[in-house]
Amino acid sequence: MSELNSKIPEGPLAEKWDNYKEHAKLVNPANKRKLEVIVVGTGLAGAAAAASLAELGYQVKAFCFQDSPRRAHSIAAQGGINAAKNYKNDGDSVFRLFYDTIKGGDFRAREANVYRLATESRNIIDQCVAQGVPFAREYGGLLDNRSFGGSQVSRTFYARGQTGQQLLLGAYGALERQIGLGNVKMYSRHEMVEVVTIEGKARGIIARNLITGQLERYFGHAVILASGGYGNVFFLSTNAMGSNVTAAWKAHKKGAYFANPCYTQIHPTCIPVTGDYQSKLTLMSESLRNDGRVWVPKTKEDAKAIREGKKTAVDIKEEDRDYYLERKYPSFGNLCPRDIASRAAKEACDDGRGIVPSGLGVFLDFADAIKRLGVDVVKARYGELFPMYQNITNEDPLKTPMKIYPAVHYTMGGLWVDYELMTSVQGLYCLGEANFSDHGANRLGASALMQGLADGYFVIPYTIGNYLSSEIFVKSIPTDHPAFVEAEKEAKERAEKLIGTKGKKTVDDFHKELGKIMWEYCGMARTAEGLTHARKLIQNLRKEFWSNVNIPGSLDEFNPEFDKAGRVADFIELGELMVIDALNRNESCGGHFRTEYQDAGEAKRDDEKYAYVAAWEHKAVDADPVLHKEELVYENIKLQVRSYK
Amino acid sequence: MQNSVLIKSSIGKKLIMGLTGLFLIFFLVVHASINGCIWFNDGGETFLFYAHFMGTNFLVHIAEVGLFAGLILHIVDGLLLWKQNRDARPGKYAYSNPSANSKWYSRSMGILGTLILFFLIVHLRNFWGPNRLNQISTGEELNLFQLMQEDFSNVWMVIFYVAACFSLFWHLLHGFKSAFQSLGLNNVKYNKAIEIAGTAFAIIVPLVFALMPISFYFGWVK
Amino acid sequence: MKFNLKVWRQKNAKAQGKLVDYTIDNINADMSFLEMVDVLNDNLTRKGEDPIAFDHDCREGICGMCSMYISGRAHGPHHAATTCQLYMRSFKDGETIYVEPFRAGAFPIIKDLVTDRSAFDRIIAKGGFVSVNTGQAQDANNLPVDKADAEKAMDAAACIGCGACVAACPNSAAMLFVSAKISQLALLPQGAPEKNNRAINMVNQMDEEGFGNCTNIGACEAECPKEIKLTNIARMNREYLVASLINE
Repeated sequence: MSELNSKIPEGPLAEKWDNYKEHAKLVNPANKRKLEVIVVGTGLAGAAAAASLAELGYQVKAFCFQDSPRRAHSIAAQGGINAAKNYKNDGDSVFRLFYDTIKGGDFRAREANVYRLATESRNIIDQCVAQGVPFAREYGGLLDNRSFGGSQVSRTFYARGQTGQQLLLGAYGALERQIGLGNVKMYSRHEMVEVVTIEGKARGIIARNLITGQLERYFGHAVILASGGYGNVFFLSTNAMGSNVTAAWKAHKKGAYFANPCYTQIHPTCIPVTGDYQSKLTLMSESLRNDGRVWVPKTKEDAKAIREGKKTAVDIKEEDRDYYLERKYPSFGNLCPRDIASRAAKEACDDGRGIVPSGLGVFLDFADAIKRLGVDVVKARYGELFPMYQNITNEDPLKTPMKIYPAVHYTMGGLWVDYELMTSVQGLYCLGEANFSDHGANRLGASALMQGLADGYFVIPYTIGNYLSSEIFVKSIPTDHPAFVEAEKEAKERAEKLIGTKGKKTVDDFHKELGKIMWEYCGMARTAEGLTHARKLIQNLRKEFWSNVNIPGSLDEFNPEFDKAGRVADFIELGELMVIDALNRNESCGGHFRTEYQDAGEAKRDDEKYAYVAAWEHKAVDADPVLHKEELVYENIKLQVRSYK
Repeated sequence: MQNSVLIKSSIGKKLIMGLTGLFLIFFLVVHASINGCIWFNDGGETFLFYAHFMGTNFLVHIAEVGLFAGLILHIVDGLLLWKQNRDARPGKYAYSNPSANSKWYSRSMGILGTLILFFLIVHLRNFWGPNRLNQISTGEELNLFQLMQEDFSNVWMVIFYVAACFSLFWHLLHGFKSAFQSLGLNNVKYNKAIEIAGTAFAIIVPLVFALMPISFYFGWVK
Repeated sequence: MKFNLKVWRQKNAKAQGKLVDYTIDNINADMSFLEMVDVLNDNLTRKGEDPIAFDHDCREGICGMCSMYISGRAHGPHHAATTCQLYMRSFKDGETIYVEPFRAGAFPIIKDLVTDRSAFDRIIAKGGFVSVNTGQAQDANNLPVDKADAEKAMDAAACIGCGACVAACPNSAAMLFVSAKISQLALLPQGAPEKNNRAINMVNQMDEEGFGNCTNIGACEAECPKEIKLTNIARMNREYLVASLINE
């Protein structure tokens, strides 16, 4: 009954991936040299893929919009990376990691993909350590672990509060090595603006050289998108300023289905918004919930006094505090999954018990941990997180509790891909956060790094061969092929239209407006009514954008405002699809919470009707997208109400 | 395997600077100890004894060639560094506040070195030059003690020498510990010791040198 | 708060640049420096003027993209922070603030405050890695690493490649950056097999890029947003010396 072929291999769950690898077609080394692969994005997934494919012998062209591949936003991941190593002897296993991930995702992820992810997690740690990633160690010299939200074992490997940075620098090193060897040609400060398809297969991209503004054509036998998530659709998020959906969105418009766009992760521990000048929100790693206790005052009066500066945290006696996560979820306590922790914070604040002037903030308190472990241990455990918080807020978290509030952080949705990570366009792959594959409706902490690297190091090198083995007879297609000319023309016309609008409002005006709509109607709590309204607002915003945006400068120069405009144009279209998807999904699950579907504040899934992946096919900007369903089949676990109580 | 030309590389230049610097530092110790003999106040007897040894010993003559070679290498290397470092930033900052992040004397080693070089020329012309010339023409050494007494009766000469000692002080204040850093002899465990030794050396040696003309001028040494 | 800004404006790599005066008012002390520039750019755009081009991305001090020379210092007056982590509370109301790009011959200006720092990538490409292909690794715990060494390696690995060391150095030397990577890998057993070639190749590339020479001034260490230590440079000197003496 499924309309989409996810190409999940036969056999028992634990053997599927081995089965696949043993039967996948291979490309011999001489032929690999003749095959060109384009990789867009150089974060964990992109850099790992580009490096690994080049090691295998493919000719790789890698693209990033930043000035160096090392700057991709994977670098900002703080807490850690999960792996089922069971080094702690606390009962971890591949199956347990698999199960935690599926359950954490509220039973909306594909079994086979997640099991593969859990299996490969172990290889990732080996690979990264071999690359010289300085993971935290115990005194015996062996690797240290810590626990993270949504699991009861310690399986998270970390490098102080900079795990993403260290893993990315490892992958970046591997990539630079291949660049040095001439196997990868690196194009930094280049942004992909079109996918080129020839006879239904992805054959290249059009990229804009951000320094000169020129559109350039690049051929590849296959194209891999590893361009990250779309959290910036909300304007304020923990993403980097440049993080965008453009590459994925252009692919979507060229035929790649977009899956589950409404699944967005709102991270519970971010620094609260303080002013409308704010350009981004800063995440405080989830690992802080290992030792930090989340609370608000029990009474609204106390909360009000704190908001007005009449009282501080220390004035509130122990018995007057509501450690609401510990109260509501005794077995997981402060370490319950992100969607649940976020929603609980929202509830407390909606109840009038928020503790920052805007009313949207709760305490994250380290007093107990400091008492138990001492200041030095706590400081050492969280590296630069404390100074970072202090620098931003001018408050010392060792003396007064941190103030936190949820913020948009990660997007579980993305381009639909099959088991091989190929999108619905032949030869077009999608890796990492940009695809939808492994996290279901909610991602567990320390799993994004795991997925990005699994996709890049250990999945795509196998699966792409299965496709490219039948492409060995295709010679490099010259970029004066009509398909390239046409794609470039499309991009050029769009750019000229944008820059020629010369309206009254700035790009950021529109982006902020879009962000407000999305946060209000498609954020932590959604209703059918609100979403219907939001769709209209977004459509109007889109029309206004294309008739009233003001972009300074010209197209043939370094013009960051223009780059931003192109991205915002795509965000607006994506925003509408997110709303459509959220409206379609008449249930609550993970990061998608529909107020109509709840059980005393807990998300109420509808497995009968919605245990499917919603993959949307683009028709036209003004037309409704077409829904394709991939039924989720669970053969190894039982669907149940997700409980962390 | 790639061949490296140690000398040509940036780190090579650092190493040369450090090694020649330490060598010159060693020379300063020898020079200061021998000249310090004037304070025996024996009419220069002890001082002249060692001066004679230094002026006539064959091995010392060879070492002297090494000293000049080291000095020239130190200077040439310094000039090379100065030029390359200047060229490394073709567009200068319109406004810079370097005192917020470093010491002025660390940034001014070239200027301080040039001042010291200028001093050296005068200094060699005062003592070493005439003495060697005399040795070559007559086979006899000059009485350097007497020469010092004469030269340092001139207040301007005394001021000039003392000023030069200040240049040397700042040059050493950076140069001493810098040499260890350049040679890779930087270890958290010993850094403090090197730092203290360097500062002490930078104070003591120039002070000893500065006290010589002053002592003569005020007649403390007879 | 109100500020007088003197900002370096330069149309492109070849154009002649100059400082341009701007006045900005109603700035909140809790704004980051970049948010203040956002406001300025917003004003400029609305007036139909070309906004100031500057590099920035993560805005949480880890990507290393932001790079301004503010009030005569790399990343401005706040210690151990990138430009994006600099808050306006660090300045006095009414202060005149100079804003220039990171300047070095090896970092040519692209536009306004944006420079090309790809020289750093080319140095890393010469050896800033362990040559291990995907899939070649042994089990991670087969290789114990002294905790103290691992910590030191992590200290060095914290480098974000922003180039503040080069910008602050009166000599435009890149030694702190290069030594951070050489040190990280020299301290770990994984880096041992390639240590000699790594030191030589990376240093040679650094020289080729036209960075200046280190004279141990220490401005790099003082301005490094990640507090990378000079001990790393000493270690690199050592590594390089040994490597050049024994490499055939």
